[in-house]
Amino acid sequence: MDRRIFGLETEFGLNYVPSDGRRLTPEDAARHLFRPIVAWGRSSNVFLENGSRLYLDVGSHPEYATAECDQLLQLIAHDRAGEALMLDLVDQAEDHLAEEGHEGKIFMFKNNVDSAGNSYGCHENYLIPRKIEFKRLADMLIPFLVTRQLLCGAGNLVQVDDETRYVYSQRADHMWEGVSSATTRSRPIINTRDEPHADAEYHRRLHVIVGDSTMSETTQLLKIGATDLVLRLIESGEIYHDLRLENPIRSIRQVSHDFTGQTVVRLMGGDEPTALQIQWVLFEAVKEFVARHGAHHDRVEQILELWERVLTAIEAQDFSTIDTDIDWAIKRKLLLGYAQKNSLELSSHRLAQLNLTYHDIDPARGLFHLLKKRGLATSVVSDEQIRDAVVNPPATTRAALRAKFIRAARATGRRYSADWVHMKYEEGSGGIVLAKDPFAITNPQVDELIRIMSQPV
Amino acid sequence: MTQESFSSRKQHETQEHAEQIQVSTTGQSAGVDDLLDEIDSVLESNAEEFVRGFVQKGGQ
Repeated sequence: MDRRIFGLETEFGLNYVPSDGRRLTPEDAARHLFRPIVAWGRSSNVFLENGSRLYLDVGSHPEYATAECDQLLQLIAHDRAGEALMLDLVDQAEDHLAEEGHEGKIFMFKNNVDSAGNSYGCHENYLIPRKIEFKRLADMLIPFLVTRQLLCGAGNLVQVDDETRYVYSQRADHMWEGVSSATTRSRPIINTRDEPHADAEYHRRLHVIVGDSTMSETTQLLKIGATDLVLRLIESGEIYHDLRLENPIRSIRQVSHDFTGQTVVRLMGGDEPTALQIQWVLFEAVKEFVARHGAHHDRVEQILELWERVLTAIEAQDFSTIDTDIDWAIKRKLLLGYAQKNSLELSSHRLAQLNLTYHDIDPARGLFHLLKKRGLATSVVSDEQIRDAVVNPPATTRAALRAKFIRAARATGRRYSADWVHMKYEEGSGGIVLAKDPFAITNPQVDELIRIMSQPV
Repeated sequence: MTQESFSSRKQHETQEHAEQIQVSTTGQSAGVDDLLDEIDSVLESNAEEFVRGFVQKGGQ
């Protein structure tokens, strides 16, 4: 697809640290955090005026789902807006807790594991044409997703063979199958829950749940941008190497644990390329595809440059060319630098704390943000773009319609409801609009619904 | 949510911006060393307790 709808869902880790010894459970902390949301929308599951959805998910994880986006930088700005919204809720909750006599701090982490090894996700949604055969798509996409952690893993410290090792991915050790409909019990790389939030005759949703949450905007650009390019290649129907994996789940762990990229990934056909070789094959196929068909947006060149630079760095085992752009490399430099300076082992509690605090979304103490402030992590959107995304929807998708409806409805003070495709006036003669086209930014029915709502009952 | 509810956060950001301008003159390598020095003052002091205390049920 030349124009695709993207969405990112991020579950955040939440921890309350009391300074007065009085602990709060994650459930209680989440309840305090969502107090202003419940006051605003009478629910802990709401659609906001920027078109996004904010809610409490399984395990009391605050979750932010971006509005429908159709451009990468727009998506990145909206994902970052979710962090800004969460930070604002943290500020308000800490103030409120203090009023109730609880002195302490709330920490929110944009990562994928807690200290007991529980995992929570960052889900990517891509709108794809219904006509694509899903089995073929999964067969072609899984080899890419299993090795994509080389490009965009968030880095983690894990126990491998009785030693603590720094690995590519947070999520790799928590995946259990290639494709299925599960999300919590047995997590697949691709989830088959097909909620296109669009005309199901023409579209379906590709729901990728294997990815790490991303701190670096540049890494995010590569993660989503490269995946979109591989999807374009698959959608074109062109044939390239058969890379179907013999055992994706065994491979995803082995790839994560080996920083050389030389781990052998056994294919169904019996070949044994390395993780790095699989990435090179896919990179070359995409590059060649772009050379023949042209770039479909103005960041394609940057994405290909980044992709190639990462693979070259891993091949040379010299990460200095990517250690301001790619999450695992940025964090690795920080952790190893600190360990060396303080003569600490990777297994020390302090290193575990650094590994966690890299993902703290608070700009005053989160280590990623402190690096960024020092020019040690690159960005692709401005603070102004993020502030704009906090209050305004993407102007080029259905989110603009939803935002228009929610604003108008709230101005009337009347009861309304909204979700990804519905907008409903709950009072008077009522009325409901089904907006199935995620690309449509105008809809006369929505205007009519707003007009009805604005009239005296 | 309305724009007003973000007012407290905006103030932090303005302060950060001022810091950012100062920091950028110190150069990159100084930045890493500075941060490695500064980390201990930013992190919660009891590393073990901080890390162990962060346990939440799994999500999706």
